[in-house]
Amino acid sequence: MTEQIKEHPTELLKCWDEAKNLRRKYYEDYLTAHEKGGLRWAGGAWSFSAIPAGLGEDVYCVTSEPYGATVAFFKDFATQCHDATEAAGFPRTLCAYMRNYWGSILLDKYVLADGTIVDGFPSPDFIWQDHICCSHGKWHQIDRWLEKKRGKEVPMYCVDVSVGYDLEPLEEYKVNYIVQQLNDGIDWLEEVTGRKYNDELLCEAVWNEIRSTSLWAEICALNQAVPAPLDEKSMYSLYVMGTLMKHRPECVAFYETLKAEAEDRVKRGISAVPYERFRVITDTQPPWGFLKIFREMEKYGVVSLGSLYSYGLIGMWEYTPDGVWIPKPLPPKKPQTREEALRAIVEWTLNRPEWAHFYKPELKTKMISSIVKQWKVDAVLLHYNRGCEGLSVHIAENRLGLIEMGIPVFAFEGNMGDEREFDYPGTLARLTAFFESMGLKKSKE
Amino acid sequence: MLTAGVDVGAKFAKVVILSEKKVLGRAKGLVGFDVLKAATNVFEVALKNAGLSRSDVEKVIATGMGREAVLHKPPINADEIVSVVIADAAGAFHVIPKVKTVIDVGAEEGRGVKVGEGGKVRDFVINERCAAGAGTFVEAMARALEVRLEDMGPLALKSTKAVPMNAQCCVFAESEVVTLIHSKVAKEDISRAIHDAMASRIGAMVLRVGVEKDIVLIGGVALNPGFLPPLEKELNTEIMVPEFPEYIGALGAALIATKAGE
Repeated sequence: MTEQIKEHPTELLKCWDEAKNLRRKYYEDYLTAHEKGGLRWAGGAWSFSAIPAGLGEDVYCVTSEPYGATVAFFKDFATQCHDATEAAGFPRTLCAYMRNYWGSILLDKYVLADGTIVDGFPSPDFIWQDHICCSHGKWHQIDRWLEKKRGKEVPMYCVDVSVGYDLEPLEEYKVNYIVQQLNDGIDWLEEVTGRKYNDELLCEAVWNEIRSTSLWAEICALNQAVPAPLDEKSMYSLYVMGTLMKHRPECVAFYETLKAEAEDRVKRGISAVPYERFRVITDTQPPWGFLKIFREMEKYGVVSLGSLYSYGLIGMWEYTPDGVWIPKPLPPKKPQTREEALRAIVEWTLNRPEWAHFYKPELKTKMISSIVKQWKVDAVLLHYNRGCEGLSVHIAENRLGLIEMGIPVFAFEGNMGDEREFDYPGTLARLTAFFESMGLKKSKE
Repeated sequence: MLTAGVDVGAKFAKVVILSEKKVLGRAKGLVGFDVLKAATNVFEVALKNAGLSRSDVEKVIATGMGREAVLHKPPINADEIVSVVIADAAGAFHVIPKVKTVIDVGAEEGRGVKVGEGGKVRDFVINERCAAGAGTFVEAMARALEVRLEDMGPLALKSTKAVPMNAQCCVFAESEVVTLIHSKVAKEDISRAIHDAMASRIGAMVLRVGVEKDIVLIGGVALNPGFLPPLEKELNTEIMVPEFPEYIGALGAALIATKAGE
């Protein structure tokens, strides 16, 4: 069925090209770090990336989940990675990002942000990881093993962050537990790289991370406006900067530019999508190879505003006891010493709302329901993501909780990084049925 | 107002011609590779049964997984499309106004639909990517048992012994059937096991949206007498099967067309 609905003015984001360039440069910098006399390290997007920054300004990282997502976007290469990983004996039930990453090493190929595939996977000089889930705990152990088979010995340091999450004030012992590991980690970094650690660079990187993650929350908060200035499909290309380089000044500068542009769009009534009459949010990573499904949603006048995942992985918030989201204000002052910097980044990181995915399903349901209320959301789309055990755990429980609150929910099965486990036409047919059951009709082709 | 509903399913196309909510003609036929051609043949038979021609029908709405194939495509020229869950709810509500839950089991898909006021959809669930809870499953098992599809249900009703079987996967289930054959288990008991397993899968799926009375079973599998008893047992409740259960989706589409034209 089709019908005419009001069209909102829309504009391309002015900072779009800058986002593309930043991401392109990030992967190129990692690739060419040794040519510039620099260091390379690998680790997760959740890792304390500000800490290795104290080794110097020529230290470049590749964060493994965004790299896995980039591989997933280029489906032919992703298929090659899966084949290589399975041929090496790893089951397809493991984390899809992890398999994409290992596959890339096994094929000895590296993909750049624009899909260019270069020969020779650039081995890291060291691994700086943290244990956020069962996959992350093993990811780089296998990475080291694969590198060893290529004749490279890559040292690894892993921070245990499993101290739980709730809305109570953070206990001192939890902070101390992680700060101590980071202090030990700095000694380890000096030992394995032979470089002298610079506390000034550390303080700068920590402050950058705090600022960029607070800014991202402010940007997401602007999406409460009707019409929304940003849609989730575009936001994926913007939030990613926080998963790659949240500790770097480029990230802070980019988010300041983006925030100013989003504010301007709200002021002028510029919409992310031309037809907005039904607002949804999603949850966890999308099937990266099939983002075109968001464009299909637009034909029904549906805009996806984001998710607890895209708002809370990079954004830092105050979540009040009565369920209100407020972008987390910056601490009163920038850290001046190593101890201050480590405590500041640990306290800041343990506040990340995304922890609720792992530890507190009932809190996660409440958090999603607060987004629904505050962002004026009409329905929630939940992804039973077979590619990520960590963030998919409890989703069925979240679905039931939201339905009990009277919030319409559509759940679909898929995989963020393995296209073989996402049925695009089937999912689209079910999604269409859901929108029709919500009284929506297709507005345009 | 004369309207038509065209339900292009995975295996069969079904057409219902309506005049002011009264069925004038209906027809069904197999869908092959040429979906439009197959649906057109069925459409023409339905028109013939109603004593009408295409130009007499003012509005056509298509539903089913192949609905896009007939949208704005002559000679059917469907004006609009709706999803199957919407059509199922509208059709089931028309024939049984007290309906609260619709269970539609077709060739490829099983669906559970919670129906609200006026036949509107409150919630729904559809099986994902596996035929183990759909008509194709029974068909594959009939081949393994070397019995005709239409004999599977009556055969199951003759069984006196329940045999457990896992039907989480069509391929594994077939292996299990072969094992049961080699173990000299009676065909009627195997047939019952197949229907029990299928009912277990569909029942578990429908429970995800909740089961409220009255419950109506529609779709081609509703014609299989061996499926209803285990499904009623699984859900511990009585389930109604309307007349012409396989046409309910097409009927719903035709009713939506009538409503749109009012």
